[in-house]
Amino acid sequence: MILHADLDSFYASVEQRDDPALRGRPVLVGGGVVLAASYEAKEFGVRTPMALGRARALCPHAVVVPPRMAAYAAASKAVFEVFRDTTPLVEPISIDEAFLDVEGLRRIRGRPEEIAIGLRAEVRARTGLPITVGVAPTKFLAKVASGAGKPDGLLVVPPGRELEFLHPLPVEKLWGVGPVTATRLRERQIHTVGHVARIGEAALIAMLGVNAGRHLHALAHNHDPRRVETGRRRGSIGAQCALGRSGPRGFPEVEAVLGALVDRVTQRMRRAHRAGRTITLRLRFGDFSRATRSRSLLKATMQTGAVLRTAVDLLREAWPLIGERGLTLVGVAVSNLDGDGAVQMELPFEPPRADGLDAAVDRVRDRFGSGSLRRAAMIGRDISPSVPLLPD
Amino acid sequence: MKFRVERDALADAVAWTAKSLPSRPSVPVLAGVLLRVTDGRLQVSGFDYEVSSQVTVEVQADADGAALVSGRLLAEITKALPGKPVDIAAVGAHLELVCGSARFTLPTMPVEDYPTLPEMPSSAGTIDAATFASAVSQVAIAAGRDETLPMMTGVRLELNGSSIALLATDRYRLAMREIEWTPEDPEISLNALVPAKTLNDTAKALGPIGGAVTLALAQGSAGEGMIGFAGGARRTTSRLLDGANYPPVRSLFPASHNAEARVAVSALVEVVRRVALVAERTTPVLLSFSEDGLVVEAGGTEEARASEAMEAEFTGEPLTIGFNPQYLIDGLQNLGAPTAMLSFVDAFKPAVISPAGESGEIIPGYRYLIMPIRVTR
Repeated sequence: MILHADLDSFYASVEQRDDPALRGRPVLVGGGVVLAASYEAKEFGVRTPMALGRARALCPHAVVVPPRMAAYAAASKAVFEVFRDTTPLVEPISIDEAFLDVEGLRRIRGRPEEIAIGLRAEVRARTGLPITVGVAPTKFLAKVASGAGKPDGLLVVPPGRELEFLHPLPVEKLWGVGPVTATRLRERQIHTVGHVARIGEAALIAMLGVNAGRHLHALAHNHDPRRVETGRRRGSIGAQCALGRSGPRGFPEVEAVLGALVDRVTQRMRRAHRAGRTITLRLRFGDFSRATRSRSLLKATMQTGAVLRTAVDLLREAWPLIGERGLTLVGVAVSNLDGDGAVQMELPFEPPRADGLDAAVDRVRDRFGSGSLRRAAMIGRDISPSVPLLPD
Repeated sequence: MKFRVERDALADAVAWTAKSLPSRPSVPVLAGVLLRVTDGRLQVSGFDYEVSSQVTVEVQADADGAALVSGRLLAEITKALPGKPVDIAAVGAHLELVCGSARFTLPTMPVEDYPTLPEMPSSAGTIDAATFASAVSQVAIAAGRDETLPMMTGVRLELNGSSIALLATDRYRLAMREIEWTPEDPEISLNALVPAKTLNDTAKALGPIGGAVTLALAQGSAGEGMIGFAGGARRTTSRLLDGANYPPVRSLFPASHNAEARVAVSALVEVVRRVALVAERTTPVLLSFSEDGLVVEAGGTEEARASEAMEAEFTGEPLTIGFNPQYLIDGLQNLGAPTAMLSFVDAFKPAVISPAGESGEIIPGYRYLIMPIRVTR
């Protein structure tokens, strides 16, 4: 059996924990955009992400607090300690979410639902945070169960009754079904997971293509062979920044934001000692549709200069399109990261290149804080603070 | 054109010439081999504007002349012929080939459309053919195959007085061999970057002929950017690669080392091959040296693992270093010696493999530098 443990409205819960005056009241965490909303606020229809103005209109008496990323990172660390004290088989998904495999613990710690009850109590006792746990035989179902069990709940799907639980759910609950696939299914009067399960694999493939068809067919029958993986490493390292309506418009301004994002990404890469070969530029246009542009380098790098040059080249090439469609978000990610810590080194034909600047910048920022040193183009401006992340 | 020739002589000549022909020629005539008979001799030639090759064969000529036929087809036919004299004649737009009771008629292409082969540059000196062949094979193995980095696909020849250094690297390993030769000009000082594949094919073909190989390299105007090799009745020319910015690779050999190991080459090759069966494309074999000997291990990202211990004579602090198994095997197999001497600075610096004799003494002349795979756990 697998547990999916998911902290409820994580940022907002941390704020309510640390400031008793916020408890029981609708709380919004964020600046221009709502990053998290307490359940009291969600009752009014606030969702994340949502523009703060709109959230305020929905929930006028909400308390807005600025994010405190360091506090969230510390809280996440404490929660993961509880996870790891429960079972060694923990697969982190994000800072507030993980899969736990407890199958082998029956003898020592009891049945999965007992472990789940203990886990919730332990998280509450040691961190003061509410957490919802879904318990099911597969990862997919455990996640669906925790979603249905929220907030501050526990939902166990006992073996043998998986389909009974799964089939009445709306199609959107299937992992991999986004708005496009959901529309395609609903256009054909397919509204529930049970209906997806009944129509057969061939029909699904005809409707959605080979991969998606097979995938949904398997999930609707609760076939999810994925195991809880503990040692999995991140496949890419990225950062992005939403650009508000009053945000940067000209090329130099977007370029400056991109520079700040690359700084953040490459510093993380250097900290994790991971070099990458593929640079991806993420764009979200005025109509909130998205596009990516990517390019691979000959040689893996973790240098700010090399990544930034490529990212700026990609931005320049996409600029005419951005001019037509507007830009509401820009992001950069580096993937094709060195696999499993084994890197074929190259012969040092040239003396070590200008890594000196990167190393110096890293050290200044480590010592005096990330805001202590910034690009001249970013003086007087800021990008949204970096969110707490799992270790790279 | 009409002549009679020995089957083996013809088959060898055509096979060698046809081997360097382009598989997708830019113009159809370049897929042909040119047969030209003058003064009782047959010249078989191939050319693709980069590389030219030509063999001269003694024949009984009845009539001089020339014909251009598909190189690949003629090579396949001559290879399959019985061991009897071959009669060839140009008849109109066709080539008639008769060998014993076998008879072939092949279409020809217009000889006047065929480009003129480049002249051999003037001779720069001579090398023993067998030495040349073994040196080239030891070095060409380290050349790159990535056409996007043309400089790395070449073997660099450094001609200095009576010695030639051959160098090649693909950025991950570097092989260097020094041999003696007889230059025309004892003061010669010249560098040339030769496509590794062409050089290797040429050396392999010229080595078994024995005798001396003439190395022809243009100094000055005519034939600039061209190198030629001649041995026996064969000659090859090749365009050179631009090596003006070739990195100063000799300086990559570490000036000193902190540890060294002597290992039996054939045993280490076998062990690495076996253990590497579980290694995946990007994962290394790990060599752990200590006073007790050597342990070779590898593991994939899945749970397959392998390890094997073997004898090694090691001096220095215990060391674990990772290598791409194929790079390691390439270097070991080309040592041409029973023992390998491996010298290390540390697990992140290039390691040097040198050939050594039975009693462990280093045999000078060849070194293979290999960059480790960095393993962080």
